[in-house]
Amino acid sequence: MDLSLSTRSEADRTVVVVGGEIDVYTAPKLREQLIDLVSAGNYHIVVDMENVEFLDSTGLGVLVGGLKRVRAHDGSLRLVCTQERILKIFRITGLTKVFPIHSSVDEAVAATD
Amino acid sequence: MRPSPPPTDGDAVVPTVTVSFTPLPAHVRTARFIAASVARRAGVPETVLDEVRLAVSEACSLAVRLHRAKAPDTPVELRMVEEDKRFRVEVADAVPRERPVDDVELAVELVDDEGIGNNHSAGSSSADQQARERIGLAVINGLVDDVEVDYLAGGTVVAMAWPLELADQDGAPSGPASGSSASS
Repeated sequence: MDLSLSTRSEADRTVVVVGGEIDVYTAPKLREQLIDLVSAGNYHIVVDMENVEFLDSTGLGVLVGGLKRVRAHDGSLRLVCTQERILKIFRITGLTKVFPIHSSVDEAVAATD
Repeated sequence: MRPSPPPTDGDAVVPTVTVSFTPLPAHVRTARFIAASVARRAGVPETVLDEVRLAVSEACSLAVRLHRAKAPDTPVELRMVEEDKRFRVEVADAVPRERPVDDVELAVELVDDEGIGNNHSAGSSSADQQARERIGLAVINGLVDDVEVDYLAGGTVVAMAWPLELADQDGAPSGPASGSSASS
């Protein structure tokens, strides 16, 4: 399955809903989406990964790049993920310490540091 | 890259599937589908197939990125061997290099996603290439117990293996369901 992307606003956050497979072939699409959002002034982003079926380290690299971009504007990038097979990749690479990971979009949107 | 002859075990030919593919990102998906399909047929437990898919994808992504930067006309080789008690996958690239730094946290700091794009791999810095190699290998090492990475004069071979589920006489699986116990 290819990558699907959609965005919507909730409160002062931008929610990006990602579905399908994030790999070396599809990751550039997600990267472009995150760059476009930041360029348009959206600095508080929630990435909903509940419909992601596959994620590899190329996808992790794009999320890290997105985090660096929003942080340059004092923004935030939060993830929504409860799938064990996806969470495992974040744990293996130590990225659970880098990204705030939430169990629902509502929780992520309500969260403040 | 030269095609390898099928390995033999005494007189018996060891079941092997070898795939060569041009270093296009789209082919990484094809490679992981093939690997999972061959692994399933060989008897790798269903619970472990997700890990086979991810580990093969990591190794192939790494090879594709390097080939696009340094050897775009040379195919990447994916080799799957059904041994007696284990299923082995090798991903061979043709880009000689040094072993990357062994520090995943530093690698995360150094990752620069400017290199992630269809035509930008050649422009990404060597620090970025090394950082992403380190992260990819960290994922593989976290998923697979049996991993060897050989940095050779002609390129690198990432070899990963999973135990096969061996059926006993009643046909019930008796092999260890290991491979799903990556550190967490």
